[in-house]
Amino acid sequence: MNKVISRRQLSPNITRLDVLAPRIAEIRRPGQFVIVCLTEDSERIPLTIADSNPASGTITLVIQAVGHSTLELTALEPGAFICAVTGPLGHPTELPASGNALCIGGGVGAAVVHPIAQGLHRRGVRVTSIIGARTREQIIFEAELRQFGNLIIYTDDGSHGRRGYVTTPMPELLANNTWDVVYAVGPGLMMQAVAELTRPAKIRTIVSLNPVMIDGTGMCGGCRVSVGGETKFACVDGPEFDGHQVDFRELLDRLTIYHTFEESAHRAPSGHCDKKISIPNEPK
Amino acid sequence: MNTRLTTKQRLQIPRHKMPKQEASIRAANFSEVNLGYTEQLALREASRCLNCRDPRCLRGCPVGVNIPKFLNLLAHGKMAEAAQSLLRDNALPAVTGRVCPQDIQCEANCVLAGKGASVSIGNLERFVADWASSHREQLPAIKISAKGKPVAIVGSGPAGLTAAGELTHLGYSVTLFEALHKPGRVLSYGIPEFRLPKKNVAQEIERLRVTGVTIECNVVIGRTYTLPELQKQFAAVFIANGSGLPMFMNIPGENLKGVYSANEYLTRINLMGAHQFPRSRTPVINGVRVAVIGGGNVAMDAVRIARRMGASDAMIVYRRSRSEMAARAEEVHHAEAEGVKLQLLTAPLEIFGDERRWVTGLKCQRMQIGEPDASGRARPEPIPGSEFILPCDVVVVAIGARANPLLTATCPELKLNRQGNILVDENGMTSLPGIFAGGDIVRGAATVILAMGDGKRAAKAIDRYLQNQPAKATA
Repeated sequence: MNKVISRRQLSPNITRLDVLAPRIAEIRRPGQFVIVCLTEDSERIPLTIADSNPASGTITLVIQAVGHSTLELTALEPGAFICAVTGPLGHPTELPASGNALCIGGGVGAAVVHPIAQGLHRRGVRVTSIIGARTREQIIFEAELRQFGNLIIYTDDGSHGRRGYVTTPMPELLANNTWDVVYAVGPGLMMQAVAELTRPAKIRTIVSLNPVMIDGTGMCGGCRVSVGGETKFACVDGPEFDGHQVDFRELLDRLTIYHTFEESAHRAPSGHCDKKISIPNEPK
Repeated sequence: MNTRLTTKQRLQIPRHKMPKQEASIRAANFSEVNLGYTEQLALREASRCLNCRDPRCLRGCPVGVNIPKFLNLLAHGKMAEAAQSLLRDNALPAVTGRVCPQDIQCEANCVLAGKGASVSIGNLERFVADWASSHREQLPAIKISAKGKPVAIVGSGPAGLTAAGELTHLGYSVTLFEALHKPGRVLSYGIPEFRLPKKNVAQEIERLRVTGVTIECNVVIGRTYTLPELQKQFAAVFIANGSGLPMFMNIPGENLKGVYSANEYLTRINLMGAHQFPRSRTPVINGVRVAVIGGGNVAMDAVRIARRMGASDAMIVYRRSRSEMAARAEEVHHAEAEGVKLQLLTAPLEIFGDERRWVTGLKCQRMQIGEPDASGRARPEPIPGSEFILPCDVVVVAIGARANPLLTATCPELKLNRQGNILVDENGMTSLPGIFAGGDIVRGAATVILAMGDGKRAAKAIDRYLQNQPAKATA
């Protein structure tokens, strides 16, 4: 059982929970995640460790409420308990010892790219971050990321920072600077777009994938992704991979497997699901 | 009651069938198929045992249960004594009584097997185990073990639980580490409710807890703590974290939507309760036509679950013939009675999907029996021109698992075989002194009872090892 120490609403649908997990807080490294299971009957879901405080023994989880399980988690108040917080899982981010790094976070991905920027900064790598969201109120981790270097903000409607997407400034940034590595975390289509922009110049581009997972220890194989034509398990082989090798179409498609169930969980408290509800071809 | 029977009289008692739910009813529910003997049936069946002077049944038991002893006590109606005897030999009798392949172990060795029908040892083991759970007040209070040297066990499956029971009995202070949020491993996520009720698993684990075993869930050894870290805190370690990564066939279409590994399919339902969605939060795709690939117990469990989830066609696709199926004979019979169809001598070639990448069918080819291969089983050979498409909307791949690298990767000194399984000596000790291993992480995929045998052997070896160790500063 892990106690929720504090809760902060970062945007209308993004919540930050600081959870007591001393061992994980002590040893977690950038890029690693935990599996969270609210009660014995809840779903087990993977969440990246956005930050930690070894002194207070807490880890920071940033959760976007999209399905039933994330809605339940984001409703937790300080003092509440979570049945299971397991980790830290996955390989830590590969961090260079020096040079220039570009960290890109789309939407809630800003929280996931945070520990990477933090890790780079601690090693003395020069960090430039780009974060983006639809509107001003959905921009998160702005102050935190600003500590690690230059921060560029984009919103779809121009209500904060510049108007556009996180990829908008990339052609110019790539043309005018030398980058040793680019990290991209966010919706699949965004990570794919970043990878396509860095591909011509062959800039090492690392993406953090978020497929459906159960155990997080390699046992179920639900999180399989195709990387360089090979099937990999995101939980034990990732969650970070070479963005130029990832089959994003398959990743995006596999993320839709349970969409109909999530809709029905919102709708009705009983009865079996109708598999015939239409599945969007192009998920957001 | 049956004390004065002559051998001739015993021989005249017919073997008692296990009462079970009718196939057409059980195919639509998750309740246990076998209902268990009544006390009357159990006593009568136990009195069939001839008390052979040289009981061969014992030799067939990987955990060394003193079978004639508990049968004899049972036949005399000495329930509590029978239970004590059984529990002393076997930490998980309610499990083994239900899932052991008795037909090729103890019961195959029973002298009566040659005379028609062996004593139903498994059914009787189950009866005594269940009696023990419901009559705890009639059993002597369990002594909490003296706090001996600390021993860590990695993985709370059959091997780990058995070793925990044995080591606690020997006076060690045992801590079990489990990666999932519930203990039991394959007993919890793998074997379905209708074959092994979770209530029985919970009772067995609770009995171990009462004897002083500490179980720490949500700890992944290799991630949360490394093996070298465990070595510093514990006098000995037993690694029984099971097999890991599910194998796929490497045929086109395996990442389509609707394709599951058996591990994922079973875990969603058995551990996470997906058949009760949305009351349980984990969903599973409910196929109308479900093809399960494989011929072992895991494949049987998956296909029978699919049937219970409402599949009109629940099919086994297996490339060899019935006689090579690794599944327990009883499970195959049960499955067929429940309407499961067997597509034998059939090998999958490709999985097809629709424009949205949902599974629509499995391209297969028919096989014929060829020469025996390295495993001694007849090698199946394709029949040219026999390709056909089996329409289905869910495919479950149940062809085994590879060794999980999570723990071994954090301890490179640990010697592994080429498949990544841990190498051990005849006592179950690894290449590192004081580190033992057993179960599927050593054997590859095997059975519950073989894992339990490893757990028992390792516990005894750990005891011998620690007896010979000078008091360790860190212990």
